[in-house]
Amino acid sequence: MNETDSSRREFLCALAGCAAALAGSCSEITHTPFFQKRFRELSGEERAGILADLVTEQSERFGKQVTLTAEGAREGVLFGYALDISRCVGCRRCVYACVEENNQSRDPQLHWIRVLEMEKEKGIDFAHADAYYEAETVPRPGHFYLPVSCQQCENPPCVKSCPVGATWKEPDGIVVIDYDWCIGCRCCMSACPYGARHFNWGEPRIPDEELNPNMHYLGNRPRMKGVVEKCTFCIQRVRNGRYPACVEVCPVGARKFGNLLDPSSEVRYVLEHKRVFVLKNELNTRPRFFYFYGL
Amino acid sequence: MRTPGALAVLLLCSIAGSCQPAASIDSGWGSAAPATQVVEEIEVPPPPFTEGVFPCSDCHDPEIPTNMRRRKMKTAHQEIELRHDQEHRWCLDCHSAVDHDKLHLASGELIDFTESYKLCGQCHGDKYRDWRAGVHGRRSGSWDGHKTYLLCVNCHNAHAPAFQPLEPESAPWRPHGGSQ
Repeated sequence: MNETDSSRREFLCALAGCAAALAGSCSEITHTPFFQKRFRELSGEERAGILADLVTEQSERFGKQVTLTAEGAREGVLFGYALDISRCVGCRRCVYACVEENNQSRDPQLHWIRVLEMEKEKGIDFAHADAYYEAETVPRPGHFYLPVSCQQCENPPCVKSCPVGATWKEPDGIVVIDYDWCIGCRCCMSACPYGARHFNWGEPRIPDEELNPNMHYLGNRPRMKGVVEKCTFCIQRVRNGRYPACVEVCPVGARKFGNLLDPSSEVRYVLEHKRVFVLKNELNTRPRFFYFYGL
Repeated sequence: MRTPGALAVLLLCSIAGSCQPAASIDSGWGSAAPATQVVEEIEVPPPPFTEGVFPCSDCHDPEIPTNMRRRKMKTAHQEIELRHDQEHRWCLDCHSAVDHDKLHLASGELIDFTESYKLCGQCHGDKYRDWRAGVHGRRSGSWDGHKTYLLCVNCHNAHAPAFQPLEPESAPWRPHGGSQ
């Protein structure tokens, strides 16, 4: 009994010694990904250290200076989006503007926005929608187009399904992912009724010259193989007061964005004056992404 | 016992009644004033003139009286094919015959080409209203601050305004298939 005790004590002491030695030797490294806590549990100092290390790492990797922030939500702001399906022509400009802005992998290809082509006769019918349509010019007669990306739900099933708490809803309504905490189980993908989440099956590849160097920790910083990603309303832009990239690129002006708590915002005007609907209303996910008929 | 209560109610009603119209007039005037200002603050890009076409007075000599007769153009502007209610409209319904570098409203008021949205808004009031609210057409800038509009004519050719079909960007790759 005594013998066992003493050997156990010796073992623990040795372990503590090792840990102390390890801690001592590691003291100059500010960021050890293996021991990194969840993003939301990090102190301000720890965050700054991690951001600084990532800036160095990504700047070296892509051969250009990058900026990386973790800017938080503004008070009194709740983001909302409105898309005019009477105007969308299905040109997919938004898809590729999003890829460039948010550093999505080019090969393997990953798109946060999927434009669905539907038949006017059938109305909104996901079972017969086609995301792979090819056409000389759009809109094709008899068809309409429904772009789908993350609906930034008020009641997000993806967040509830994550077993490790790697995804959550921010105070301004944006559902974000901590890529360093995601274990790649894809439960969120099966929980999302909109197919809005995408998995990095392979190592994401972005040509150096195409990298967008203005990054947000919870948004468009380059992801790694084995994590899930999705639309963040361009968190790196909107938290600086800018419009998302898809809003600015849309040639028909079908995409509207703003603060739902501001009565003079464009989204509020849409909600108050237009015929508005949300996708799969019956699931009670309460999207903050609205579709409307502007005509 | 009831009388003072009833009196109080009456008094309250009369106060509310007398205040109500005054308040609504106030808010009416209050909201009208900034709305007018907003119109003047609308920041738009320059109109998309064909190169060398503006100022119109370079060719249209103000000394020469304008032929006001509706006719087919033979010596200039033949390339313009009007597809904008062409049965009822022609040049001088929008372009001024008095000052060739201006447009004119139905009232006769002359406006610059940079304010052409006022002219369009005379017929397309619902679109104009939506455009003013930032809901018709594309805006860029800040969702919480300075915004830039586009003129109607930046997207719609004033002489043939129907939106032209676009060539779409490439379709996404199908799963498991690599590139299509």
